[in-house]
Amino acid sequence: MTQPADTDLSHALTPEAWAFLLHLADNALILGQRNAEWCGHGPALEQDIAITNISLDLIGQARNFYQYAAGAYNAMSILNKTAVDHLLPRLWKGYDRQLEEDDLAFLREERQYLNLLISELPKGDWAQTVLRQFFFSAFQYQQYNDLLQAEDEQLAGIAAKSLKEVAYHLRWSSEWVIRLGDGTAESHARIDNALKELWPFTGEFFTPASYELRDTSTYSTAWSDRVTAVFEEATLPTPEGAALGARLQKGGKEGIHTEYLGILLSEMQYLQRTYPNAVW
Amino acid sequence: MVTENEIWQILQEVKDPEVPVLSVVDLGIVRHVQTEGDKILLTITPTYSGCPAMDVINMDIRLKLIEKGYRDVTINQQLAPAWTTDWMSEAGKQKLKAYGIAPPIYGSKSATGNLFSEEAVPCPRCNSVATKLISQFASTACKSMYRCLDCKEAFDYFKCH
Repeated sequence: MTQPADTDLSHALTPEAWAFLLHLADNALILGQRNAEWCGHGPALEQDIAITNISLDLIGQARNFYQYAAGAYNAMSILNKTAVDHLLPRLWKGYDRQLEEDDLAFLREERQYLNLLISELPKGDWAQTVLRQFFFSAFQYQQYNDLLQAEDEQLAGIAAKSLKEVAYHLRWSSEWVIRLGDGTAESHARIDNALKELWPFTGEFFTPASYELRDTSTYSTAWSDRVTAVFEEATLPTPEGAALGARLQKGGKEGIHTEYLGILLSEMQYLQRTYPNAVW
Repeated sequence: MVTENEIWQILQEVKDPEVPVLSVVDLGIVRHVQTEGDKILLTITPTYSGCPAMDVINMDIRLKLIEKGYRDVTINQQLAPAWTTDWMSEAGKQKLKAYGIAPPIYGSKSATGNLFSEEAVPCPRCNSVATKLISQFASTACKSMYRCLDCKEAFDYFKCH
C-alpha cells in the first residue's frame, strides 16, 4: 500500500473540516458510482468510454479525500473523535483496527452520507446524465478552484489535482448539452425534460452546510454565467425560478436523502457487507 | 550501499503497463529517490486521480527492485504539485510517437479553452496536421482519440494535463 506522503497531520482537523472532507468525497463517489451504470450501455462506444472515464476520475478523487479523512481520523484527539462519531460506520467499530478509506466508502449508513442530492438521482436517459454532469462539473470547477486557496495544503493539493480532470468533464458535458439542445426536436425535448427534473436540485450547491469551510454561495454567479452561456448556445430557455428560493430540493449535505440513495448503496456496499474486510 | 543514481537507472526498466514503451521515469511520475544504506524511499505522483495503472505501477516498481536485490522499499504518494504532461521527458515523447501515440504538446493547457475547438495535433504516422478529434476520452484516462484526414488512420493523443 502507498501512503500519502504529504498528509500533514501536525495540524489536526476539526470535526467540521473532517465532515467537509466526507462531503467532498461522497459527492465524487456517488456520482462516480451513478455514471458507472452506463458502462456497456452508452449511446456510442466513444461516449460509453467517456462517461466511464469521468466516473473513474470521480472515484479517484473520492479515494484521495477518503484516504486523507481516514488518516486524519486516526490521528485525532479523543475529543474530536467523539465529535465525529455519528459519521463513522457501525460495522467498522466492531473491527478493532484503524479506520481505512474503504470503511468510509462502503460501510456507512445512508444517513451518514453527506453528498448533494443531485449526485444520487437516477442516471435517467442520456440527456439527464449529461445535464446533471454539466451542472455538477460547473459547480465542482468553482469549488475546487476556491479550494486551491485552502490553508489545508493536503486539501488544496487534492483540489489542484482534480481540477485538471474536472476541466475536461466540464468541457465534455457543456458540448453535449449544446449538441442535444441545439440538435433535433427529440433531443431538445429530452434535455428540456431533464432540465425540469434537475433544476430544483441546483440550489443545494449554493446553500452552505454547517460544516462547510468555504462559503459556496459565492460560487453562484460564476456558475450561473456558465450555465447561461451554454444554454444560449443550446437554445434552451433560462430556467424559471432562477432565484435560489425556487430551487428547494436539499438535505443531502446533512444526510437527508432521496429514496434513490439507499438503492444505490445496497448495490455498491454489497460486497463489503457480505464479505467483511474482503480485499481485491 | 546503493546510490540514488543506480535506483534511477533501475526505474528506467519499469514500464507503464498501459503504454509499455514509456518508463515511469519518462512519464515524470517519480518525484524523489532517496537512499539510506540499503533503504530506498521513493516518492511518486499519480497521473490521473483514478488511474487504475497506479497500483500496478507501485507493484511493478517493488518487484523490479526486489529482482535487483532491494527489499527495503517505501513508496510514498505525493499529490502536490500535481503531475503535468510537461514533466514527460523528451525521450519519452519520441518513444510515444514511434509507438503510434501523439505526444502531449508542451505547455498546452488542459481543457479550459473554447467549446468545440480543437488542438492541431500532428498525426504520429504521417505528421499531417489535418486531424480531427473523435473523442476527448479514449482507451485510458490520459488519452483522447483522433483521426488523421490524410492517412485515414485513427490514433491516440496523450492529452495535455
